[in-house]
Amino acid sequence: MSRNTLPVLTVVLAIFLLWYIAAIFLNAAWAHDKATRSGEVLTAQTLVADTWSQEKPKLPAPHQVGTEIWKTTVEKKITSKRSLIYHSWVTLSATLLGFALGTGLGIALAVGIVYNRTMDMSVMPWVIASQTIPILAIAPMIIVVLNAVGISGLLPKAMISMYLSFFPVVVGMVKGLRSPDAMQLDQMRTWNASAAQMFWRLRLPSSMPFLFTSLKIAMAASLVGAIVGELPTGAVAGLGARLLAGSYYGQTIQIWSALIMAAALAAALVALIGFVQRMTLKRMGMA
Amino acid sequence: MQEAALQMPDTVPGQRVISAHHLDLTFQTNDGPVHALKDVSLDVAKGEFVSFIGPSGCGKTTFLRCMADLEHPTGGEITINGVSPEEARRSRAYGYVFQAAGLYPWRTIGGNVRLPLEIMGYSKAEQVERVARVLELVELTGFENKFPWQLSGGMQQRASIARALAFDADILLMDEPFGALDEIVRDHLNEQLLKLWARTQKTIAFVTHSIPEAVYLSTKIVVMSPRPGRITDVIDSPLPPDRPLDIRDTPEFLEVAHRVREGLRAGHSDE
Repeated sequence: MSRNTLPVLTVVLAIFLLWYIAAIFLNAAWAHDKATRSGEVLTAQTLVADTWSQEKPKLPAPHQVGTEIWKTTVEKKITSKRSLIYHSWVTLSATLLGFALGTGLGIALAVGIVYNRTMDMSVMPWVIASQTIPILAIAPMIIVVLNAVGISGLLPKAMISMYLSFFPVVVGMVKGLRSPDAMQLDQMRTWNASAAQMFWRLRLPSSMPFLFTSLKIAMAASLVGAIVGELPTGAVAGLGARLLAGSYYGQTIQIWSALIMAAALAAALVALIGFVQRMTLKRMGMA
Repeated sequence: MQEAALQMPDTVPGQRVISAHHLDLTFQTNDGPVHALKDVSLDVAKGEFVSFIGPSGCGKTTFLRCMADLEHPTGGEITINGVSPEEARRSRAYGYVFQAAGLYPWRTIGGNVRLPLEIMGYSKAEQVERVARVLELVELTGFENKFPWQLSGGMQQRASIARALAFDADILLMDEPFGALDEIVRDHLNEQLLKLWARTQKTIAFVTHSIPEAVYLSTKIVVMSPRPGRITDVIDSPLPPDRPLDIRDTPEFLEVAHRVREGLRAGHSDE
């Protein structure tokens, strides 16, 4: 762990440095505009100070985003419509539901593909085709169609999450369930094992490392799905709604704080799966 | 006591455990048919230790897989315990030891040995009793809760033999089980295998590349040759049942080894 600290910190520092420099260049035009109008003369020092503290900068400086996140998480009540924690929870709940649905669907399809010849020949092209359609194009339609049949709220967003997250699970689990080699399958045959026994005792345990790798990708995709699901629908709550509202009113700081929050959420969720993975594989003696 | 334990199991010539008559197996490949087995006939009596030896492609493994119902002959007939290989497999008449130990990394040694017992529906109590017994048989007592990666290759292969012995199959089919191990480990395992055979009275079919191994272990040596896969010689070993490792320096042993080598050379004469 400590071996990684220095390199990671170095990279973080470099990013902040580049970020601050970029903020100066991107926001300088507006600072000059303001100065001309008020007849002030900008020194290098006041220019930098201004570019790092504008109200609606093209690129907000890191500390501005940090302050905004602090204000909207720690200093706001969770029940407030301006609390970023409230919005994160709205997105997170859709993400988790979509992830669960996607994982379930993915595993079910993988089992079907591995065990059923017809499905093996027919399903995979459709699975791949489903991912070539831009999610932004069908997200509104999913929401409209589900609304028309009386389903609204969490589920439509979760469906979009599911749409994105089942794919890595199918691909990973098909590979995982097929990972036992011919010898292991022959061995099961010599014991006259049933198909169910072969699945539970050989194929499923063999697929675990594949499953967890897929789950990490699925979790990140699921979060993207939930945010995308909030964008075209005029949702009033959720990180996607914050992004959308921010862009309507030019609130770049709000956009960036929602972005950073989404990234932190994704990192935390993926790390959580990584933790479960290590625990599981360790208990299975495979780590 | 040790002497008694090493008594050779009584072979019962009337009781044919493995019986093959004019067995053919042809694989259809893109380069035309490959005759993996051609006109193979063999009878193995109960309690015998039969080795199959020959170069790669001679069909020795294919023959073993036919006995195990893992390959299906295209001609001739084969019976195991008087029934078809499929029926024999369904009644769990044999234990099969593969070239690699093939232990499940997520199961302990005990868990791996228990696996076929779970599949066959033995009771919990009996599973425990049997696992303990066969681990003792292959001298792995105390390693029950270790994971496979904590064991050496030789120990892993012993565990896989224990697994094949755990249920009541009276036939043991072994496909080059010690092929991947070094010579010293191999000698040791061969010695142990003979003891185990004497104690359990099983019929063993053993595929190998090694002439000394085949001669040291077997009561019957089947020499095979490739293209098409066929039996060129069947040698009934004149060696006594009690076989210390240094029996390999006796004239009798060398004579049998010589005959096996001649048989192998004859099979190669067309090349």
